[in-house]
Amino acid sequence: MSATDLSPSQDQAIKPKTAAPESRDKGGPGQPLVIVRDLQKHFPVRGGVLGRTQAVVQAVDGVSFEVKKGETLGIVGESGCGKSTTARLLIGLIERDKGEIIFDGQGLGERLSLKDLRKDVQMVFQDSYASLNPRLTIEDSVAFGAKVQGLDDPNGRARSLMARVGLDPDRFAHRYPHELSGGQRQRVNIARALAMSPRLVVLDEAVSALDKSVEAQVLNLLSDLRKEFGLTYIFISHDLNVVRYISDRILVMYLGEVVEVAPVDSIWREQAHPYTRSLFSAMPSMDPDNRTQEPPLAGDPPNPIDPPKGCRFHTRCRFASEVCKTKVPKLMGLSGNADHLAACHLHDATSGHPKAGQGVPQ
Amino acid sequence: MTKLLDIQNLTLRFKGKRTVHAINDVSLSMEQGETLALLGESGSGKSVTLKALLGLLPPKRTEIEGKIEVNGTDVLSLSGKKLQKYRGGEVSMVFQEPALALDPVYTVGHQIAESVMRHKGVSKADAMSTALDMLDRVRIPSANRRLHNYPHELSGGMRQRVMIALALACRPRLLLADEPTTALDATVQIQILLLLRELQKEFGMGVIFVTHDIGVAVEISERVAVMYAGQIVEEGTTSEIIKSAKHPYTQGLLAANLHDVERGARLNAIPGAPPSLETKPDSCSFAPRCAHATAECRAALPPVFTPSPRRRVACVKAEPAVAAE
Repeated sequence: MSATDLSPSQDQAIKPKTAAPESRDKGGPGQPLVIVRDLQKHFPVRGGVLGRTQAVVQAVDGVSFEVKKGETLGIVGESGCGKSTTARLLIGLIERDKGEIIFDGQGLGERLSLKDLRKDVQMVFQDSYASLNPRLTIEDSVAFGAKVQGLDDPNGRARSLMARVGLDPDRFAHRYPHELSGGQRQRVNIARALAMSPRLVVLDEAVSALDKSVEAQVLNLLSDLRKEFGLTYIFISHDLNVVRYISDRILVMYLGEVVEVAPVDSIWREQAHPYTRSLFSAMPSMDPDNRTQEPPLAGDPPNPIDPPKGCRFHTRCRFASEVCKTKVPKLMGLSGNADHLAACHLHDATSGHPKAGQGVPQ
Repeated sequence: MTKLLDIQNLTLRFKGKRTVHAINDVSLSMEQGETLALLGESGSGKSVTLKALLGLLPPKRTEIEGKIEVNGTDVLSLSGKKLQKYRGGEVSMVFQEPALALDPVYTVGHQIAESVMRHKGVSKADAMSTALDMLDRVRIPSANRRLHNYPHELSGGMRQRVMIALALACRPRLLLADEPTTALDATVQIQILLLLRELQKEFGMGVIFVTHDIGVAVEISERVAVMYAGQIVEEGTTSEIIKSAKHPYTQGLLAANLHDVERGARLNAIPGAPPSLETKPDSCSFAPRCAHATAECRAALPPVFTPSPRRRVACVKAEPAVAAE
């Protein structure tokens, strides 16, 4: 189940392909692999007899972030906060309304076509069964993308990657998805993503459906593959412990907006946005003598149709004041820690919040 | 006082094209008003245990041996009217997916009232006022208005509150909760857990809470039973399980929770996958995945050690560790 299981011949089969990403580096090591600027996606809700647009779901609204080469960015948030939509926009599964996606210095739709982008960006989905074609064998599934893109020896590639993710090709190559367990299927999905020799892999809740003991195995595999193939990950999850374990930086989303971005250690020490703090205190305590006594937030997240004006979190925020209802906070670096960004009037001395510039009270 | 729950040597097989040995010789007891978490992975038999308790398994395809008693009632012998009275009256259940468990064509008030009318034989008006009271107790804001809402008009957290209100409307002695918070967001999950904790105190009922998340078990329960391959491998109070787990499987689960793991460090993952249960286990089911397994583990079923009353570990290795303490 690990790299040591590989026979030398399989090892050699992988090596030439791992060398490829280096030569594909166009912008140099300092250029972020992905830059997203003001990304926006609104879904119309149609209804009535004539099918007119009744309302708009503001799924992703003005999201900007960067992912450096070789780093793992974790995206967290509750359901409906736009994390999956962001991922889908990033690999062009849905069309964006506005905003720029710049991949290694090349703008998507300008110098970079969608087809070329997909050679470099692959995705692993949550539902390991729904994302595999039930009528293709595992080997055909893994080799499919490589065939479509016209890469050499797709089947050989598929078999060597299956071995790499811990599935013996002789035993599994001719099986169908329904003959595999959830953990094995998710390994197939990972192998399929890697068969394209991508540089960026977007993992959308890729381990959430797995049992805890299997989840740990897949997380180990993902860390190994990242080192071996020089990958960059965007890791989407609602499980903060998993995100902390695998990520270098964490991005927190709420109702289609980024509320906080920070290196993992920094955000674990201090959550600068009141929403992030609530999300962290909602984690089960793991200490039977010191259980959670108060729920950090009341009610469910609001509907992303017609989100609140101003700061979208003000309806559930303990520290909300008048200014929060009208003025949208800007995402900016904290004083004394510029890598730690938060979008909250409490951190902006000029915002007009009565406690502006003092940070989030305890 | 009679025990709230007493399961003796429960063995359960599903017959069909292939046989699945879902539960193998499980014994479990609960005192009145206790909260017990059944912890385990998918396929470990947690949900099947709950369904057996309510007699919800298809009788033609299921073979059950052993004894289940709730408050002194032999559950397996119940049928017809008696079973109907027992379900929802004595014991009731909250399911994982409230959107599927609630009837989409009736208002939530109607559904709660229906169950009250059936069990208590009261008038519709009285039943509706009980329903309103229940919605208040599960802290649904403006309950009066919500009473006349259909399930699709409510959010996920709100629907789960309605499910809880429905389950508790007839004041059962035992509440079965089958992963009721798994489909919910983290901030809503903690609200529901705290609500269940409060209601449990208020009503003094027993709760069996099925979960795969150790963190959730810690928040909700006094006692934990860990299941693996249709057997209980370890049982004890929540702090005993969290602080001094003895079974290698429990230890592996705790490690896989990633609560205190150093970032980037290699995880101490349990290798392999759970067994398929097509044959009845005749040795330790966990041995193929266990780092400490010996020939003894593969030869026979592991002995069950009880280091203290109501604490047990089904592992060969547990005894010397206990003796050393």
